Amino acid sequence: MANKQIVDTGKPNHLLRDRAIQLLIYLVVLCVSGIFLWILLDLIRGGSALLSWDFLISMPRDTGRAGGIGSILVSTLLVLSIALLVALPIGWATAVLLAEFIPAMSSFGSWVRYSLQVLAGVPSIVFGLFGYAFFSIYLGMGFSILSGGLTLACMLLPILVSTAEAGLRAVPESYRLSAAALGMSRAATLFHVLLPVAVPAWAAGLLLGIGRAAAETAALMFTSGYVDRMPESLLDSGRVLALHIFDLSMNVPGGDAPAHASALVLILLLLMINLVAMHLTHLWQRRKLNTE
Amino acid sequence: MAAQEAEHRMRSKPDITTDAHEGVNPVQSGCAQGSTYTLSPLQAGPYCCIPEPVIQVKALSLFYGGKCALDTVTLDIYRGCITALIGPSGCGKTSFLSALNRLTDLIPACRIDGAVHIEGENIFEDTCNVQQLRKRIGMVFQKPTPFPLSIQRNIALPLREHGITRRTDVDVITEQVLRDVGLWDEVCDRLDTPALSLSGGQQQRLCIARALALDPQILLMDEPCSALDPIASGVVEDLINRLSGRYTIVIVTHNLAQARRIANYAAFFWVKERERTGHLVEFGHCQQIFETPAHPLTAAYVSGVKG
Repeated sequence: MANKQIVDTGKPNHLLRDRAIQLLIYLVVLCVSGIFLWILLDLIRGGSALLSWDFLISMPRDTGRAGGIGSILVSTLLVLSIALLVALPIGWATAVLLAEFIPAMSSFGSWVRYSLQVLAGVPSIVFGLFGYAFFSIYLGMGFSILSGGLTLACMLLPILVSTAEAGLRAVPESYRLSAAALGMSRAATLFHVLLPVAVPAWAAGLLLGIGRAAAETAALMFTSGYVDRMPESLLDSGRVLALHIFDLSMNVPGGDAPAHASALVLILLLLMINLVAMHLTHLWQRRKLNTE
Repeated sequence: MAAQEAEHRMRSKPDITTDAHEGVNPVQSGCAQGSTYTLSPLQAGPYCCIPEPVIQVKALSLFYGGKCALDTVTLDIYRGCITALIGPSGCGKTSFLSALNRLTDLIPACRIDGAVHIEGENIFEDTCNVQQLRKRIGMVFQKPTPFPLSIQRNIALPLREHGITRRTDVDVITEQVLRDVGLWDEVCDRLDTPALSLSGGQQQRLCIARALALDPQILLMDEPCSALDPIASGVVEDLINRLSGRYTIVIVTHNLAQARRIANYAAFFWVKERERTGHLVEFGHCQQIFETPAHPLTAAYVSGVKG
């Protein structure tokens, strides 16, 4: 009797609740991908007419209303490369130090972690002003690609460090213990065991960083400047894509179509970098590990 | 000197016959039977009867933060014998074990007093080469911990770390240690497959093989069977039995029957109720600990009244 009651009243209710939650989750997923698709479609609609090989390589004319984005692409890639070249070694080394060589509870470790958290919360315009004051004025780099890249590097550090450290900490302690018990050095353990396990997390951090760097506008306005000619050296000023889009849509009447096209290029560029990075990560992990 | 000779004999003859050890107390029978070493290493000779300490633990205390986890333990561990550490959870057996190869270095805020002499050399001296020390002392953990690499590479990686890189050398050692742990026939045709695809018992034997590959003198085992099913556990236990004589083995176990079956010596640890401080209650021949314990706590524990 009692059994029957439980079966009768309980089951449909549970079923209904499960279904409802499932539906909700699907809706949320749909929303998220919907927003992305909307943005993408809007950009394609507004910009695909302009998009061509010629647009990618030719110089902007008439403050960007005509011509292409050749010099802007070059500046963007240069700024991004400098930022990554500087931030990756420092950021990843810091992460290794924090996760592997300093006790988790040590005061030095928590102090470094705390300062990184503060850095992560600083608005980018503040980074821009700092970069302007320090790199451009104090170190005399002026408005230059170098100054912009270094400023971006400062911005990327917190993301890179925290994701890489979390990735290393997620590796089971048993690997460290058994490696140590086999008389393996910490460096060898790190390179042959811990890093290959943690590398997807590192890649995720890297991609987040690249995304943030490529989208940065405010910090670069003050540091790498916004001259739209082709940069002659790293000490020359140059305009990045995000800044170009901002300028076209805010300051240039009739710049909507090239702004859309530039934004489309930016998104495609990021997608491409993401795909390549994920592929490389996968390859490297496959070479170092054997888990499947 | 007789002991060293015996050790030499056993080392030069790695393929020791495996059977006929079940239920035999080596201390007893070893003495009685003299030097017929073909039966099994445990019965092989007067080995265990002339105890020669290889590890001498002198007043070892261990602290986590300010808290004392292990209080002044003094005991000798004899060459070629199996010494079982028994006692309730939290009495410091595992801490004791990891002090012997200085794995405690990895635990922040862990402090050690006293001395551990291995072959007469204090391992807590600053001059001690920890990597070399850990090469000489293999360790096997409770849960099998193969690296997420192929079977072959699990053994090759630590070898490489200790300077053995020639492909042929590595292959020879790999085959030898996999045979020693009885895994060769099971995996010889798939050395490139992931170690994590092996069953639990196989993984544990791989971990033992990985430790053996470095040619250690001493093996520390932290409940090596407790995460395995009874059959796999039996296989690993047989293996441990087979390894004694060639290696000095210190094993932590909660399985009293197992300790009784395989150990030559037993050390009984107990934890004080209030302070949660572990200490050594009694150390002696396995048979003596189980049959005529000197301390009432030991008697209560091994008979199942307490603990």
